[in-house]
This record gives sequence, C-alpha cells and structure tokens, in this order.
Amino acid sequence: MTELLNLSRRKFIIATGATGLTIGVLAACSKKPGEPDYSDLEANPEVNAWVHIDHDDTVTVRIARSEMGQGTLTGLAQLVAEELECDWAKVTTEYPTPGQNLARERVWGDFSTGGSSGIRRSHQYVREGAAAARIMLVEAAAKEWEVAVDECTVSKGVVSLKGSKKTLTYGKLASAAAQLAPPLEVVLKDPKDWTIIGQPKLRLDTADKLTGAQIYGSDVKLDGMLTASIRQSPQIGAKVKSFDAAAVRSMPGVKKVLQVDDDAVVVVADTWWHANKAVLALPVEWEGGVAFSSAEFEAELDDGLTSDDAFTGNKVGDIAPAFANAAKVVEASYNMPFQNHAPMEPMNATAIWTPEKCEVWCPTQNGEAALAAAASAAELPIEQCDVYKLLLGGGFGRRGMSDYVTQAVKIAKQMPGTPVKLQWSREEDMMHGFFHPTTKAKARGALDADGNLTGLHIRISGQSILAALMPQALANGMDFATFQGLLPSGVDARVEDQTLKYTFDNLLVDHAMRNPPVRPGFWRGVNANQNAIYLECFMDELAHEAGRDPLEFRLAHLKDSPKSQAVLKAVAETSGWGADDGKSRGLCNFYSFGSYTAACAEVTVDDDGNLKIDRIVAATDPGYAVNPQQVEAQVQGSFVYGLSALLYGEITFENGMAQQKNFDSFNSMRISEMPKVETLVMPSGGFWGGVGEPTIAVAAPAVLNAIYAATGKRIRQLPIKDQNLRDA
Amino acid sequence: MANLKVNGKSHTVDAEDDTPLLWVLRDHIGLTGAKYGCGIAQCGSCTVHVDGVAVRSCVYPLGALSGEEDITTIEGLSEAADHPVQQAWAELDVPQCGYCQPGMIMAVAGMLNTNPNPTDEDIDAEITNICRCGTFVRVREGIHLAKTKKA
Repeated sequence: MTELLNLSRRKFIIATGATGLTIGVLAACSKKPGEPDYSDLEANPEVNAWVHIDHDDTVTVRIARSEMGQGTLTGLAQLVAEELECDWAKVTTEYPTPGQNLARERVWGDFSTGGSSGIRRSHQYVREGAAAARIMLVEAAAKEWEVAVDECTVSKGVVSLKGSKKTLTYGKLASAAAQLAPPLEVVLKDPKDWTIIGQPKLRLDTADKLTGAQIYGSDVKLDGMLTASIRQSPQIGAKVKSFDAAAVRSMPGVKKVLQVDDDAVVVVADTWWHANKAVLALPVEWEGGVAFSSAEFEAELDDGLTSDDAFTGNKVGDIAPAFANAAKVVEASYNMPFQNHAPMEPMNATAIWTPEKCEVWCPTQNGEAALAAAASAAELPIEQCDVYKLLLGGGFGRRGMSDYVTQAVKIAKQMPGTPVKLQWSREEDMMHGFFHPTTKAKARGALDADGNLTGLHIRISGQSILAALMPQALANGMDFATFQGLLPSGVDARVEDQTLKYTFDNLLVDHAMRNPPVRPGFWRGVNANQNAIYLECFMDELAHEAGRDPLEFRLAHLKDSPKSQAVLKAVAETSGWGADDGKSRGLCNFYSFGSYTAACAEVTVDDDGNLKIDRIVAATDPGYAVNPQQVEAQVQGSFVYGLSALLYGEITFENGMAQQKNFDSFNSMRISEMPKVETLVMPSGGFWGGVGEPTIAVAAPAVLNAIYAATGKRIRQLPIKDQNLRDA
Repeated sequence: MANLKVNGKSHTVDAEDDTPLLWVLRDHIGLTGAKYGCGIAQCGSCTVHVDGVAVRSCVYPLGALSGEEDITTIEGLSEAADHPVQQAWAELDVPQCGYCQPGMIMAVAGMLNTNPNPTDEDIDAEITNICRCGTFVRVREGIHLAKTKKA
C-alpha cells in the first residue's frame, strides 16, 4: 500500500524555538502533582503542527484527539513515529488546544473523539505530516553535507551519509528543516515495512497514573480557585421556582449561592465538601416537570413493535411470501433499558471568566464543541476563549457533550476573575446523563421445511439518538444510526462501516420511533449494543428451532463476508465449540465501526440460577492493529462495559426522576465476576476499523446464548440481575 | 484544627470532624491522587491506607482519626514509583483512563500487606473496586506479578 500523496493542500510546519522545548499545559501540569503550574501557558504558546523536535532529540507529537483510556494517544504517536523514523524512546505527546486549532485554520483537523474514529479517521493525515517532516529533516542533512538527498539514510532519528561515518540527529537538524518548504508529495511506507505500527508498545501515558501525579479535570487547581457543587432539577423538565440562599449562606466555607440556567442551583465554596454539603441543604422549589415513567413507556414501546409507522432501514426481497409459505415461524421480543455512561470521574470543568477572556480546563471528547459551548456561555468572541483538555477519567460518549462546560462558564461568569471548578457529585452524574436510549425489538423468522431461513423481520421500537441530539442528520425523519450494524451495504458510503454482513434472501429491518422525554446520548458502542443482541440472539434461536448448529447456521449466512467468517471460525475453534466437554457455549459475531468481531462465551448456571461467566474468546479484525496489546486491552475493557449493562445496567424513571443515583443501585461488575478473556487480534490489512467500541456488541449476545445452552431458557430482557435464569 | 500524619509528614488542617478523609487529602492537603468516584464507599477510587489497612476515604470522617495514625496515599506508596504493585502495573500496562487506579493500586497494596500471596479467590473476595474501563483481566495478572516483585 504505497501511496503518492499531494500535500499542497495541507500545512505542515516543523520548527524549534530558540530555547528548544515548548511545553503545553499538560506537560507542565503533569510534572507537579497536586500543584499544577499553568502560569506559563500565555507566555509559552504552541507554535507547531504535528511534530516538534527539541535540540535534545525529544520528539513531541501533537495529538488532536482526546485520550480517555482507549490508547489513541499512544497509537497516534506510533503512526507519527513510524513515518518520522524517529527513536520511539524519545517520543512524548501533547494536546494542542481547540483555540489554537481555530487560530490556525484547523491545521490539526477534527478534535472530536467518538465512534471509534480516533485512529481510523486520522491515520492518513497524521502519517502524511510525519512523512513530510522526515523528508524535510533528511533534506536539511543533505544540504548540510552538500550531497543529494538519496545519499542519506535515516534510522531512529539519526540521518547518516552513505559511505561515511557522518551522522546528524533530528535535534540538530530541526531548526534548519523548519526553514524548508514542505514537500509536495510524500510516499507512505508499505505496511510490511512498519516497525513501530503494529508493535505492542507500552502506553506513553502510564507512569503518572501509578503515582497519583496524573492530573485529571477533577484535580485541577488554580490560584485563588473556588469549588462548586451543583443540583440540577431532579425531575425531567422542571425549573427552579425559588431557592433560599440565606439558609445556607452561613454554612462553613460558602462563598456564593447562585442559579445556573433555569434548572440548576449551585453553591460555590472553599472546598468541594463544603460546597456539596451546602447545595444539598439548600431549600429549592421546583416547578413544571414531566411525570415520565419508564414502566409506563413500555406500552408505547410495545405499540411500536407492531405499528405501521416504521422507517425502513434495510429491505431485501419480500418477506411476506416467505412468512406465508413458512414451515415454521419463530418469534421473539427483546429489550434494552436506559443506561448511564457512569465514567469513574464525574463530570467537571474549571473556568475563569473576565470581560476580556474565558478559559476552561476540562476533560472532553470534543474539544472544539467544548470551546464553542464555552464561548457561547461566556458571551465572548470565540477567539477570546480557549479550552485546555485534560486526560479523561473515562468518557464512553458522555464527554462528547458539553453541558458541564456551559455550566462551569456560567458560574464563573457570575464571579468575574475568580477561577471556579464545578465538580458534579456522582448522584448528579447518574441522574443527569445523556442516557443510552431504550428500545425493544420484535424479531420474526420464517423457516422452510429444511430449516432454511427464508425470511427475517426485525422491528425496532424506541428512542432515536439523532432525533434529540442531531435532528439535522435525520433523513426524512429516519434515524439511520438506529440501524447500526443492520444497514445495507453499498448504499451510503458514510455508514458503510455499520452494515449487516449476513446475506438473507428476504429481509426487513424497520424502526418505529418512540421518543421519551429522556435525553439520549452516544454510549460506548451506541446502537450496536442492542442491535447485536436483537440479531445474534435471534439467529441463535433460529438455529436451534431449525435444528441446526448455531455456528454452521451463521456461517451459511455469512457466505459473502469472508472476514466475518474468519473471526467467527477463530473464536469457535479456539474456544472448543462443538466439543463434547459439558461446557455451555454461546456465539456471536457483529460488524460495526468498520471492524469484524466475534465472541464465544462459556458460562455456568448453577441449580439456583446463579450465573458465572467463565471464559470469553474474542476476535477482532480491525484491518490494522496499530498496537495489538492495546487492542487486547480494549477488547477486555469493552466486555466489562457491555457485561455490566447485561448484568446490572438499568436507569428507570418514576415521576420524571431517575431512580438510580449511585453505584449501589446502578451496579458495575467487579473483578470477581470477570471472565477469562482470550483475545484474538486478527488484522487482515487493507482497511482501518475501530477498536474501542466494536467488540462491546458481541459480549452480551454470546453470554445470553451460552445461558440458553446451559439452561434451555431464553433470557430476552435486560438487565438479568433480577431474573432467575432457570425457572420459567 | 486536626493533626494528621500523611505519607510521613505532619499536617494541621482546619476542617470539620465530619469532613471525609478524602476531601481533607484533596482540598486541604493538596494530595489529589485519591479520587472521588461515588462518595458512598462503593467504587474504591478513594482508597488509601490507615496504618497499612486499605480504607475507603470518602466515608472515613476526619473525626474518626486520632492524629496518631500513619496515613498513606498513592503519592506516598513508594519513593520511586517502585512498589511491587506499581512495578507490575507498569510492566503490564494495566491502567486505561487511570482514574480508578490509585484506588485500585492502594487496595491491592493493602491486601498484599496482610496476604502476600493471594489466590484468585482471595482477589475476588478482597478487590471490589469498580473500573468502568474494565482493566480487571490485567489487574488480576498484575496482582500475581506483583507477588513476585521486590520493592
């Protein structure tokens, strides 16, 4: 895969300052645990694009995407180091700010970090930038030696002159290289020549996480900073009618009691404990909320399972004759309740506002959106605002939203010149999420006398994320994202990475949109989570009803997707599928975010119905595995997220109020429940698929199918926490 | 005013008795390694040691301390980031986002203080911290590796 690329449309700048190292906010603050020093931020602004090389050969790679644990920061650095031909041991990273990106005509491209796109949607321009830098560095050496460029070789950041002992390091060449015009064309390496991409490099961001030195948004401390705790309307849609600030103003440490927007009250204090204690004690009257009940909403979801008002997401052939002529019709209904993202670090942002300037420190998956939100809340021109991204204490999609940034700025704006850190309590975080939407599905399958699936209908009923968050993305009212992983191939290039890989003669997938007043969000894996359950649990039911082996049954319908076959066969073989060893196994395969994934789960269900997930063999083909050990970590981690939802995850609403407020009622699986996970990383090359999300989808269906293998009972309702897995 | 010994240093803090140790550490002493995750002793992100025993500092009131206890936070676990757990964690790249890891590491170090050779069953019983990134497979590997390391 050697490509000639025209770089004339891109800016690539490599430069060194007179003093060498330029330090961004992260580098500065991570050196001083507990007392980060942001004082030189203004005096020492960033000036470079992708790569900065210090005189001591330290290579600083600029990372536009956010790091929230998924390893993108290290992966992107590997992409750069590969084409730069630098010494991996001398690579460090930093984030440019969204404000700098804006000022430099978005030289770093898109900052948003979601959809498992951090690497797959930026690998090209990042590698081009690094390759251009290498060419300029070599050219600088050639000029120094007065030789042709092809007389030079480069390895690990050292340029050598062929046939001599002359060498120059990148650090010595950087200043001269910065004066050269960027090359108009670069040739990217053939993947077979990669030495850094594809290697299980250790992460670049681990050390400070082991000592407490890592500064998260929650840990930000600025001179003179105060801390705020917030109470948002506990009921959907309710507004603040009144609050009695005087009742708490004399409590210890309280500095200010205020309202933010029309639905939240805030106490600003010297410490968070003081702020939170006072905000909890603050008498507030609310008015005008919505008495939404998730239990009652079930009826609307059920209505959508059979109603006529459905959008067609995928249609092949005609299912009507198939059902009319079926020897057997199989039917099953499934659900997915609301889920909270619940990242370990509750929402927070720190802001300082003056009439001239607004600055925000926050963990965000979308730095540019956070900047726009900050500017809007600050009522200042965006050029007078900036956002400093911190490492996220988990994101999972929640931190793609900027609600907490807006609030922090609006608080700071009421206290001009005083930095204020808004730290949500866990309860606020749990009750005021952008929840994974709730849906139900009714699946119907037509089998002929030979056990062949002749018709399949999956009706999804429930909430659309796009209708609430991105209505402009609806197509004549239809939310294509609802059909994630079930979409037809070859129809829309924008969603080709979320298409169905099974081949069916007669298929209908449609969606009756039923939108509750609960605000939805993009939750790790998004709609692939439930769609994989709806499809893959039902495929398992169909196989059993047809008297066929679930592996063979699936493979027959994967005849046009050899990559899907490969991952499915791999997990089956590795797990011992079909072995007569008394183990209860369940299979799943799914395609989403451009990657082929499969899992085989082994479970034990004891006589009392207690579940033990013993082992999951997982496979993923993301095309290229930039860092296989981090791919493995993402597979393992995604299973915790997906299985926690399967086992426990459920936000319910009564009278418009979320009933789960903390981890005691919104539980998350612990190490004792963690199965052994064997990960087969199977990059087949030629495409770039996602890693952080795709495998989450296969965990729950594989386990549910294994439960059936163990018990003969189908579990179709999530979560399974209150269900007996054995009794009818 | 209350006196505390944290990581070998004496501190005098002006905080009410009901203030959880977590917020004394974070907001009064400036040690932000221990994290706020739930405030109700569910998640363990706030785990520190009191006299070598792992406790969930988010529900440990300042008033319950006499001032004589040796409190250890992640910042004081080792001088050179070379506690066996830290070594193992680095070798296996355990953390993902890392937010829960100070608590996870302190919980594991606390377990090893009393049980230097934990079995998988011991780990299941004693390590109940929440990690939403899902690092459990490597946490378990890390514990077994840490058993083989010397400080």
